[in-house]
Amino acid sequence: MAAVNPAIQPDVHASHDHKPHGFLHRWLFTTNHKDIGTLYLIFSLTMFFIGGSFAMVIRAELFQPGMQLVQPEFFNEMTSMHGLIMIFGAIMPAFVGLANWMLPMMIGAPDMALPRLNNWSFWILPFAFLMLISTMFMPGGGPQGGWTMYPPLALEGGMNVAFAIFSVHMMGISSIMGAINIIATILNMRAPGVDLLRMPVFVWSWLITAFLLIAVMPVLAGAITMLLTDKYFGTSFFHAAGGGDPVMYQHIFWFFGHPEVYIMILPAFGIVSEIVPTFSRKPLFGYQAMVYALACIAFLSFIVWAHHMFTVGMPLGGNLFFMYGTMLIAIPTGVKIFNWVTTMWGGSLTFETPMLFACAFVILFSIGGFSGVSLALVPADFQYQDTFFVVAHFHYVLVTGAAFAIMGAVYYWLPKWSGHMYSEKWGKIHFWSSAISVNLLFFPQHFLGLAGMPRRIPDYNVAFADFNMLSSIGGFWFGATQLIFVGVIIHCVYFSKQRATERVWEGAKGLEWTLPSPAPYHSFTHPPVVTAGMLAHGDVSH
Amino acid sequence: MAQTQGAYYVPHGSHWPIFGSFGLLGTLSGAALWMDDFVVGKFIMAAGIALLIVMLIGWFHSVITESVGGKYNQQVDGSFRLGMIWFIFSEVMFFGAFFGALFYTRMFAIPWLGGAGDGASTNEFLWPAFTAMWPSNGPADIGGQFTTMSPWGIPLLNTLLLLSSGVTITIAHHALRTGHRARLLTFLALTILLGATFIGFQAYEYYEAYHHYNLTLGSGIYGSTFFLLTGFHGVHVTLGAIMLCVIWARCAKGHFSRDHHFGFEAVAWYWHFVDVVWLGLFVFVYVL
Repeated sequence: MAAVNPAIQPDVHASHDHKPHGFLHRWLFTTNHKDIGTLYLIFSLTMFFIGGSFAMVIRAELFQPGMQLVQPEFFNEMTSMHGLIMIFGAIMPAFVGLANWMLPMMIGAPDMALPRLNNWSFWILPFAFLMLISTMFMPGGGPQGGWTMYPPLALEGGMNVAFAIFSVHMMGISSIMGAINIIATILNMRAPGVDLLRMPVFVWSWLITAFLLIAVMPVLAGAITMLLTDKYFGTSFFHAAGGGDPVMYQHIFWFFGHPEVYIMILPAFGIVSEIVPTFSRKPLFGYQAMVYALACIAFLSFIVWAHHMFTVGMPLGGNLFFMYGTMLIAIPTGVKIFNWVTTMWGGSLTFETPMLFACAFVILFSIGGFSGVSLALVPADFQYQDTFFVVAHFHYVLVTGAAFAIMGAVYYWLPKWSGHMYSEKWGKIHFWSSAISVNLLFFPQHFLGLAGMPRRIPDYNVAFADFNMLSSIGGFWFGATQLIFVGVIIHCVYFSKQRATERVWEGAKGLEWTLPSPAPYHSFTHPPVVTAGMLAHGDVSH
Repeated sequence: MAQTQGAYYVPHGSHWPIFGSFGLLGTLSGAALWMDDFVVGKFIMAAGIALLIVMLIGWFHSVITESVGGKYNQQVDGSFRLGMIWFIFSEVMFFGAFFGALFYTRMFAIPWLGGAGDGASTNEFLWPAFTAMWPSNGPADIGGQFTTMSPWGIPLLNTLLLLSSGVTITIAHHALRTGHRARLLTFLALTILLGATFIGFQAYEYYEAYHHYNLTLGSGIYGSTFFLLTGFHGVHVTLGAIMLCVIWARCAKGHFSRDHHFGFEAVAWYWHFVDVVWLGLFVFVYVL
């Protein structure tokens, strides 16, 4: 198609390759996808530590049976805020940050499609979390009804209800605008030759995730708006006395909530699909199957929401439908797991830190997947519901799944971002320390749950003491280990002497590796000339 | 294929987004304070809304200046189109949540309270006197007896108004594409007039509901779904009408050419969207 095109249209202030001067001008007013990506990632890391410190409080309280350190109300605040902050503040912004940094580079674009909107998507977030965290200092404290905010319990809160709900509205606005931008970028900004079925899997995963975000974040906004009017304006959406139904909240919430779960894992699938082929020095096995599996998981995510509510008293037919629907998801997910393993099969494997995280992801995410399938069984779920088994399940998919993939991605692309190599030794120490401690943290929780220990309760029967202590030790260890992560990043960005090459990794493919390291301020001012071999991992011609 | 006609405009830094963030923070934290009976919230909210308005004016001013200055090529136009399409899709899903609540209560919650299916003992022990029906304000008769709006009065009239406004905006669009300026301005003004009449009728209907029908937000689940669905729709019509006014002014200033007028089209799409939502409301809230 088109040969070399003219540069992006020069703009008086900032379109030559110089960064804008002045700290505020650069970071507050930026329209640059890399700056905004950096902001997202730093924000996410900050929230990861704030949310993590809440988890430390939870594990400290649960270190021994009996009430030790905090009041039950504060414990409930910790569980609720930990969930809200980790989901909306840590995991989701980290993926959006990676998307911002990488998508334009991966598809050969000069920037995101709507750069000003991109700035606003990010800059809403700090304000939203300011509002959310401020509730903890208000009379009555922060939200205590769990991150799911089920009525009537969540409505019993004091001042925090309106603030928490409005802050979630702001996070939703941010997510929707970010997702719109990502879809517009992927569909409209690809360089000639980057056909849809030649895009890297990470780009595909974000295209589908962005669709999910636009489809379900407004539904969450609707649900919490109803909560708000129920509390402050006398409506009866969730009051049986007025003809409403508290269970209806759960239906609307989980119609958002289940796709939300995949919003937090599909980009991780994309990341692993980039890392595994690079360090296996082989094309990704079954590229098209990987893409279709992503689409299939996204579709199924819309028709399985009520598996979060099996014990709520739905008609039997409903329970059966949602059980079978949920078990179907194991098929496309299995396709992905097997394709990653098959990609490694017979490859010339090396285990740099990103690959270690990716391998751990494949194994540990599968454990979360298995416990997920057992939770999908209605009769089994009647026992597991609201026990630590559920906690173990979703932490395996979200910590050793999503968070590990994010860490792997940071190690994988950090040399491209900073122009320096990180310390492989300390990266590996970070990995092994994380991998061991996280299993010590969450694996015993399976046993606790099976033995009947309920979640979200600050005290427990002495019979659960040993496993809880082990879990807490793992928790403190895992939390402390993440300081190494910060150390490695700071060292790499500011102190590392080792320059990164253009391609960084021997087996890396894709347009982002054709740019110098560190990547220039504006990505592809000229659309690159693209050949099939440069793209996506794999022979995608058939 | 994308990126075939060169020069994608990447704007330099903008201070409007951060304005917007302060505006949102002020609006929402002010509203939250006000709802918790802190009078100061009212003023914080007003300041926040003022900031948001300034932000919208400033932001759109930049975009319009750039557009008129010829900085946007076909590809930028494509990004705007995708942005608007997916924004409208998100709006559809937002209304979907409230329609979902309406269907759920009518199909499940109310019948179960009346003893259907697994609800037999709920009905027997909690509310034996309640029989399932629609409209309903629930077994506890929340908000007291009320009367519903007849669909064949104002709502039917409003349906005709909005449908006609869909026609007039299409005529205006054709006029724009064929370069009939007077016809464009007339029919766009007519569209705004129809929209404004709709909003007026809706306000009158709310007045009637509160003062003569005892139908309020507090009238159980019927009042809740009725007012949130029609209320959010009304807000969207109002926003759409404001957008139409801006577009009318831009047409009058000659901002649009026969084949380069995405601002017009975006607002037309939005207007059709509120039109379609209204049809859903008319059928499921008023008629059925």
